[in-house]
Amino acid sequence: MSPTARPGPDAAPSPVLLDRDGLSALLDALHARGFDVIGPTMRDGAIVYDRIADIAALPAGWTDRQEPGRYRLERRPDVALFGYAVGPHSWKRFLHPPEETLWRARRAADGFTIIGEAPPPKPFAFLGVRACELHAIAIQDRVFLGGAHQDAGYAARRQGAFLVALACGTAAGTCFCASMGTGPRPENGFDLVLTELIDAARHEFLAVAGSDAGAAVLATLPTRPAGPQAIGAADAVLARTEASMGRHLDTHGLKERLQANPDHPHWDEVTSRCLACTNCTLVCPTCFCTSVSDHTTLAGDEAARVKRWDSCFIADFSFIHGGSVRSSGKSRYRQWLTHKLAHWIDQFGTSGCVGCGRCIAWCPVGIDITAEAAAIGAVAKEDRRGNA
Amino acid sequence: MSAAADTALLDPMLPAPWRVRAVRRETADVATLDLVPLVGEVPRFAPGQFNMIYAYGIGEVPISVSGDPADPTQITHTVRAVGAVSRAIADAAPGSVLGLRGPFGSAWPVAAAAGHDLLIIAGGLGLAPLRPAIYQALAASEHFGRIAILYGGRAPAELLFRDELAAWGARAGITVAVTVDHADPTWHGHVGVVPALIDEISFTPANTVALLCGPEVMLRFTAAALEGAGVAAERIYLSMERNMKCAIGLCGHCQFGADFVCRDGPVLRYDRIAPRLMVREI
Repeated sequence: MSPTARPGPDAAPSPVLLDRDGLSALLDALHARGFDVIGPTMRDGAIVYDRIADIAALPAGWTDRQEPGRYRLERRPDVALFGYAVGPHSWKRFLHPPEETLWRARRAADGFTIIGEAPPPKPFAFLGVRACELHAIAIQDRVFLGGAHQDAGYAARRQGAFLVALACGTAAGTCFCASMGTGPRPENGFDLVLTELIDAARHEFLAVAGSDAGAAVLATLPTRPAGPQAIGAADAVLARTEASMGRHLDTHGLKERLQANPDHPHWDEVTSRCLACTNCTLVCPTCFCTSVSDHTTLAGDEAARVKRWDSCFIADFSFIHGGSVRSSGKSRYRQWLTHKLAHWIDQFGTSGCVGCGRCIAWCPVGIDITAEAAAIGAVAKEDRRGNA
Repeated sequence: MSAAADTALLDPMLPAPWRVRAVRRETADVATLDLVPLVGEVPRFAPGQFNMIYAYGIGEVPISVSGDPADPTQITHTVRAVGAVSRAIADAAPGSVLGLRGPFGSAWPVAAAAGHDLLIIAGGLGLAPLRPAIYQALAASEHFGRIAILYGGRAPAELLFRDELAAWGARAGITVAVTVDHADPTWHGHVGVVPALIDEISFTPANTVALLCGPEVMLRFTAAALEGAGVAAERIYLSMERNMKCAIGLCGHCQFGADFVCRDGPVLRYDRIAPRLMVREI
């Protein structure tokens, strides 16, 4: 299923070093190969993912400071190109876009004719995919491609996507990938992986191929072999990032705790703060829920069905004749957290959380998934002791 | 089964055009539609499965099949007009064209119930998704012990398939019991809720399979009553209703605990879901 096959034993990838010009050459090579190249860039006070023409579009010398309900960009003392953690966008918005026309229909003499949508014109190349995001993509692969029915649009966009992974050089206060087992080191599922090495003496990127396609691109770039010193420096970057992780989620027994406590009083407590604004589900790189709406032209001669991101925090989400199944805010927060951290494991064999921390930073009231999950477990334990 | 193989060849999100061959008015707001495909063959379906039905330009809703699975010439649906889409479908004129995707979902275990007493218990419109199971069971009634059909409606005027209920009840070995919440001057039958009918019939609880479809509150009380009467929870099956958009487990709307009702249901085994039925708003 993975579009990025691992290289064979005869093509064991050896690390090489790229300088800034080499990175620029990588972008040129991806454009030349016909990819729609997407990478990080600054817009509206945040680092977002968008089409990038060259490395001048990257947020050089910027970093982010993230805490519950808070995201701010700040200047770095250096000119690092990837010196920040994840922003409000994830690669989901390209592989599983916020809005997608599923089909159009035209009124015909005999009812109507359905016209399917054309596949995307160009494959994507993503620059700077963090370890947590590789895991998020792998999770959405399971959701959309792993079952009896596949999402045709996702399959078309995912197929042939070229992933340039990034070993994170900084962790935000909201990051907890280390405790989810999803980072910070990119392990697989990429075509190339970069580690940015920057200090007073140098600004380079350690590059390793993760697939035959990645090796083929790397072979065309101006590189030099990486010695043990550079490899050691890259390892040190990851060790530093892991040590500076701002948060931790204790997953031990978490699934069972959440599934056994649907009426726990802490659901009411968190609901007193939750605005049901849906931000957490929109920034989450794995949340996959969608709705559809049907449209017609004014004359009614053409119709279309459009799929849009939806959120389990919206009351309408569970509407059936007679009312919404989950009409209270409590039941909707419980649905989100329990699905994400517990039911997901039953459904897809993996947690739905990769520890990216976006839902914490972009929650307008700073609700912290790690704290809420721990609270439900911890208070339940006290209850059991009290009852014993 | 062949239905799965047939639909897998096509994008399951694309509706296929079907013509309304005939319409029967069941009650003031319920209609039964016989549908035939404009192209291709009628797909096989299993009792309990549903289709997504599309009214051009208006929208799409999940509707259980209510016809005979042994009829290869058409697919039959029974629809209550409760919103814009279901009203457009219920009002569709003979000869008009609707879109269909499916069939989707799990099935009533009718064949597996052979050798047992079979209780088919419906509330309101829930008789429609059970009718294919009734057809299948009655076509092979010699393979079952006693067969009983218990049906409750709000009022006599809202009961579905009354002629068929009478015909089924006239057959030897088949019990049909009907109750209403609110009687009118024409009604001389039972008044009350469906679970009360369980005491009215004779069956062997230890050797019974029960199929339940209706409002969730009716399912909850009926399943509990059956279990109280001695029917094993693992031989009680419920058809659940949830919001559905994709019908193939991708849109997330129909989640009921870890189950996607469109894919893992709508027919679910009671012992697997009983704890969830007791949680509000799950």
